[in-house]
Amino acid sequence: MLAKLLNNKDTMLVIVFSLVVLAAPLLLAPLGAGYPDLMQRFAIFGIFAIGFNILFGLTGYLSFGHAAFLGVGSYSAVWMFKLLSVNIVPAILLSVLISGLFALVIGYVSLKRSGIYFSILTLAFAQMSFNLAYSVLTPITNGETGLQLALDDPRVLDGASTEGVLPSPQLFGLEMNDTAQVPFLGMELQFNVGFYICALILIAAFFISLRIFRSSFGMMLRAVKSNQTRLNYTGINTKPYTLAAFVISGMYAGLAGGLMASMDPLAGAERMQWTASGEVVLMTIMGGAGSLLGPVLGAAIIKYFENIFSRINDNVIEAWFTFLPDWLGDILVTLISPFVGKGWHLSLGLIFMLVVIFLPGGLVEGAQRVSRWTVRSVKRLQHSEPGSSKSLEPGETH
Amino acid sequence: MADFKTNRRSFIKGSGAVGAGLAAPTIFTKAHAFTNEPGPGSVVLGFNVPQSGPYADEGADELRAYELAVKHLNGGGDGGMLNTFSSKALDGTGILGRKVDYVTGDTQTKSDAARASARAMIEKDGAIMITGGSSSGVAIAVQSLCQDAGVIFMAGLTHSNDTTGKDKKANGFRHFFNAYMSGAALAPVLAERYGTDRKAYHLTADYTWGWTQEESIMAATEEKGWETVNAVRTPLAETDFSSYIAPVLNSDADVLVLNHYGANMVNSLTNAVQFGLREKMVNGKNFEIVVPLYSRLMARGAGQNVKGIFGSTNWHWSLQDQASQTFVSSFGREYGQPPSQAAHTCYVQTLLYADAVQRAGSFNPCAVAEALEDFEFDGLGNGKTLYRGADHQCFKDVLVVRGKENPESEFDLLEVVQVTPMEQVMYEPDHPMFAGGSLGQCNPGA
Repeated sequence: MLAKLLNNKDTMLVIVFSLVVLAAPLLLAPLGAGYPDLMQRFAIFGIFAIGFNILFGLTGYLSFGHAAFLGVGSYSAVWMFKLLSVNIVPAILLSVLISGLFALVIGYVSLKRSGIYFSILTLAFAQMSFNLAYSVLTPITNGETGLQLALDDPRVLDGASTEGVLPSPQLFGLEMNDTAQVPFLGMELQFNVGFYICALILIAAFFISLRIFRSSFGMMLRAVKSNQTRLNYTGINTKPYTLAAFVISGMYAGLAGGLMASMDPLAGAERMQWTASGEVVLMTIMGGAGSLLGPVLGAAIIKYFENIFSRINDNVIEAWFTFLPDWLGDILVTLISPFVGKGWHLSLGLIFMLVVIFLPGGLVEGAQRVSRWTVRSVKRLQHSEPGSSKSLEPGETH
Repeated sequence: MADFKTNRRSFIKGSGAVGAGLAAPTIFTKAHAFTNEPGPGSVVLGFNVPQSGPYADEGADELRAYELAVKHLNGGGDGGMLNTFSSKALDGTGILGRKVDYVTGDTQTKSDAARASARAMIEKDGAIMITGGSSSGVAIAVQSLCQDAGVIFMAGLTHSNDTTGKDKKANGFRHFFNAYMSGAALAPVLAERYGTDRKAYHLTADYTWGWTQEESIMAATEEKGWETVNAVRTPLAETDFSSYIAPVLNSDADVLVLNHYGANMVNSLTNAVQFGLREKMVNGKNFEIVVPLYSRLMARGAGQNVKGIFGSTNWHWSLQDQASQTFVSSFGREYGQPPSQAAHTCYVQTLLYADAVQRAGSFNPCAVAEALEDFEFDGLGNGKTLYRGADHQCFKDVLVVRGKENPESEFDLLEVVQVTPMEQVMYEPDHPMFAGGSLGQCNPGA
């Protein structure tokens, strides 16, 4: 069935993507990132960035307010946990629905303009939502502390829980924070229920985005990006298309927000702040806007920096250089320490600049260049060996 | 032949790994008795402090204190307050014979970031206890995370009533005093100095700490006859308070209460002084400013502006008791400056945790909690102190301080006006300002 929906290349892409995502605990453990919290974040922000890319990558409309949808999704999910049940299904459904409605309203207004005016409008709406959540709607959002579960929440669908113990979010009995720890080659692999739920949803989200990219709807969105005026002159009303893209990407963000709350049942206002909206823009551009894999890659890199680099303090760096003489170690520590620990923003900024300047297509473009270069050099090598090159001549292989 | 050997060896290794993989499902029923049970060699503590944002100064000082505490626990340095502490369970050989290691993280003064950092410490580094926080919102968020994860949370600088009030948790403990205590200690002094017919205007940081402090100070001063003219909330991330100060000039208030902390207070006080509030006369009385929660780091940030301004603190380095003096000299030798109250409470919390583990003979959070509950101690700088079991709040004397008129050094900025005895700041666990929550049951995780 999959093969019918996709051409061969896409089937391979989905399969490889799924395998890599599902094997994440194994692949990330050597990088020090194989613990549940960070892996969940990779998947969740991957979904967020994939959704953002449907709007920005395809239509070129740069929204600076997507974090608002993420926040709305989180709040909806936590309220579901409080009122209805700690099962994540109703929470996630409601978060997608509410953020979709929210996106419809904001999109309807913001899409009356394009270009920078559109960006500013979305930014204004998001900042408005942030301030509402932070200080006006505190009975709903609990302000800066964030909305949390409490022992005396009604939870009408759940049976009475153990006295004095807060239930944790679960999927029909599977608790999100359940982790199996498996020793493997000296590493401790952590297979976490929550991560695998995020991972399966990420794969589904990736598949849907792929279908959108390949559909005629996706083609129309690309047309909007390349020349909206021309489309309008030919008598096509582009508004329904862009609005649909906006709502879809808003729902993706809401899904990410709902998942975030499911993994860690707290919704704070700061995840709606403009910096959070900017972050998803960075993720998408860094990975490669308009490419399928780029946003996921960008999300993973930024989250890796935020969580791993920011935790390297002077003691850790000193431990790296203990084999060196003291004076040399000290110099190296002084040189490196501004770029790690609390200076992680600095190194991220540098990398971002390098990517934007030298690889405008993002890291995906970088990967493509590298693979093209390898293929070319392999071919050149084979050419230099007489008698072995003939069958690999381009054109003949097809 | 040699090839065969290596192959066989790697085959055995590989089959071991496969076996472990097959055994995975049974690992869901965890072998450990509680979350992150430490091995025989060392134990990891997680220090989660703000390294950026409005409380970064406090965070940096807290980290210094934690590092010093670890050094003393492991038998390094001069032992600090281990020598003056009334409990003698700790002997400088780590905790229960295990060397103390630590990991640090940045809370960014944001609940989300703080929880992410704490989760990383628990899941990645195997931290058995999380401590820190310089914002009550963050402390409350991290406290509930630790409750869910099954580790102990030793709150750092958090002053909101809610931390041990409506948001209290069985796995969370607070040594620092709270907003109610500030109000109870400060109001009598204010009434005595400024009279009982004052009109107060509150500027309040808009989050749990600000709200409860505003409520506490209002209640305590109104009981003395003061009137509250207005209370305005300001965002935590605000850096310029001019637009909030201007309306104060046009009200008929004669006291401005700044429910701000850290960089917020430095900025709002500086703005207030720039607007000439301190020279102003209203209703025939000199206009006064009050900063209910004070710290030396803030006083240094605000410079000349703090002179003569009243507030309260948990501890101050100029205290003359032996424990405080020992701590100040030990901290000073290490870092060349006296410790702040944030540093003091964090150092003490680390020691209290280590001591509780040692007395309980186990790292199990439930055993540790039991050892801390209703624990009475002395010799940690605040005199006789009680860790009340009903809400996990410490009760001790509270200091009322004032910005010094003629400071002798850059650290000598506050003078202690009065030491308010513990009895005066005591309250029942079900006091209305603290009601609405429940500790729940201690959670050992696993």
